[in-house]
Amino acid sequence: MPEHKIEGAEVLKDTSDHDAIAHEASGAMGDVLLEVDHVTLRFGGVVALNDVNFEIRRGEILGLIGPNGAGKTTCFNAMTGVYTPTDGTIRFKGKEIAGTKPHRINHLGIARTFQNIRLFPEMSALENVMVGCDARHKTSVLGVLFRAYRVRPSEEELPANGIRRSFAKVFGISRHTLEERAGRRRSMELLRFVGIADRAHEVARNLPYGYQRRLEIARALATEPELICLDEPAAGFNPAEKEDLMGLIRRIRDLGHTVLVIEHDMKLVLGVTDRIVVLEFGQKIAEGTPEEVARNPKVIAAYLGEPDDAA
Amino acid sequence: MDFDALISGLDRHTLDGITRGSIYALVALGYTMVYGVMKLINFAHSEVFMVGTWTVLGVYTVLGATSGMGVGAVIGATVLALLAAMLASAGTALAVERIAYRPLRKKGAPPLIFLITGIGCSLVLVETFGQVLKAFFGPPFGRVTVNVPSVIETKVVFTIPGLDLPVTNTRLLIIIGAIVMMVALDTFVNKSRLGRGVRAVAQDPDTASLMGVNQERVIMLVFVLGGAMAGVAALLFTVQYDITKFDIGFIIGIKAFTAAVLGGIGNLRGALVGGLLLGVVEVYASQIWDSSWTDVTAFIVLVLVLMFRPTGLLGESLGKARA
Repeated sequence: MPEHKIEGAEVLKDTSDHDAIAHEASGAMGDVLLEVDHVTLRFGGVVALNDVNFEIRRGEILGLIGPNGAGKTTCFNAMTGVYTPTDGTIRFKGKEIAGTKPHRINHLGIARTFQNIRLFPEMSALENVMVGCDARHKTSVLGVLFRAYRVRPSEEELPANGIRRSFAKVFGISRHTLEERAGRRRSMELLRFVGIADRAHEVARNLPYGYQRRLEIARALATEPELICLDEPAAGFNPAEKEDLMGLIRRIRDLGHTVLVIEHDMKLVLGVTDRIVVLEFGQKIAEGTPEEVARNPKVIAAYLGEPDDAA
Repeated sequence: MDFDALISGLDRHTLDGITRGSIYALVALGYTMVYGVMKLINFAHSEVFMVGTWTVLGVYTVLGATSGMGVGAVIGATVLALLAAMLASAGTALAVERIAYRPLRKKGAPPLIFLITGIGCSLVLVETFGQVLKAFFGPPFGRVTVNVPSVIETKVVFTIPGLDLPVTNTRLLIIIGAIVMMVALDTFVNKSRLGRGVRAVAQDPDTASLMGVNQERVIMLVFVLGGAMAGVAALLFTVQYDITKFDIGFIIGIKAFTAAVLGGIGNLRGALVGGLLLGVVEVYASQIWDSSWTDVTAFIVLVLVLMFRPTGLLGESLGKARA
């Protein structure tokens, strides 16, 4: 696999205007944002999650780790509405979300990426991100068709051309048009933020692997989530790329998002997270700061046979 | 076999075929869009078209429109009929979606159930116009062919020089109308926000909904758009053929479905290509042999095309359509 340096950090300093993508958190730091309350999930006789119980606090980076098949992704799926828990509930900002439709959960403020990349393969990178932005637009179907909702444009939003300019002054510009423009700008900004803006107009399926992974993150960020869940974002990355990714995860948190990371790679998880929850065979076996977890004998046992820094 | 008749009037027959094909293409859009998003052949779509033709008749009757009115009245009546037909067809399509398909989707029914349900809806709509409405209101409802007033008087607008081919206003209206609608739809799907949502759902429904796309709304939108296109087709059909009937949707529906498959089902531009090709082939066949051979030839062409291009002529899907 070719190596892809993440230029995001440098690009960000020069060109990115942070305001365009900064996220305003609606509550105080340290509040409980998401509670997984004694969740059990059974598929027939298989118990995928057994009485799992933890919480995510606003503004933190929480790691969810465990050996293969421990139930990390299942836990994710329950949180994002793909599965409904058999028992127990999941509360987001105090509101129960178990069993809510996925797109509703997204609107509430949870977004995710996928372990196996799931982009819209035939759309350009920019369009992929715009789909995420679209989720936040307010104009209804009828409003779009008839351009019914109009707003008074500010000076810099007016078209340059004379007749269109006068028209816009008299009748205003449809909110849809402004939202489209803002969405486009924001999407571009996000691509720059994750460092793949140079290939914004390429079809997603043709992008290199590292770009696709970061495009997924940009698309999830576009839905303005309070909580962004990254499912093995470093899968298939080399050490240099992992290093860059850690920087990106921290910058995402600095934008005002809360981050949940599922990872295999102990080094990455220990390096970037504030707290870690460890699952094994569908059960939580440990929780705490990276140092505590790394010392926990149960965790070490769970990973026995694998050195700590192995992927 | 009479190739002379075909060759001597080739230009005229081609124009004939394009006119016929434009209507197929518009109806085919409904099949292709629903398939693109839901992987479902909506067999009730032919009746969505049928409802449109009756709506045109209804509007003309209410307005008392006949042939030989002034230009303003003709345009007014036609536009009104067009809007009413689009509304009625879109409404029918949406009703089929909400009443028949949606409950099945919620229960996670297997694809075959949807097909049978579609055929059931189709029969219900056909018999509504063939029997139920007849029982309540009498004629024109019933199992007979009904004349729709030819509000637009057919006139030759211009002659294509060199070919000496006269082009009538009705043909011009049909071809231009169909092309305008198709370009508009294509632009909508490729450029707009809602179109982006449609493509996202077509490419990966689960991921789309996790990214905040309301799948139910996209499905409704697709039915409404397909229905509206069938409504336009219904008006253009009555302009050309001046008739409607309770089962008029059946043959048009089969042909439009064929056109959609021919062009590559799920592909908007494929519907246009397939529709025009099918229309032209049919008219040619009716010239070479006689009109009883049109269907045979149409389906032979379909089989031949699918033998060599199993995914249709253009072969992509709605999801792959992009700006």
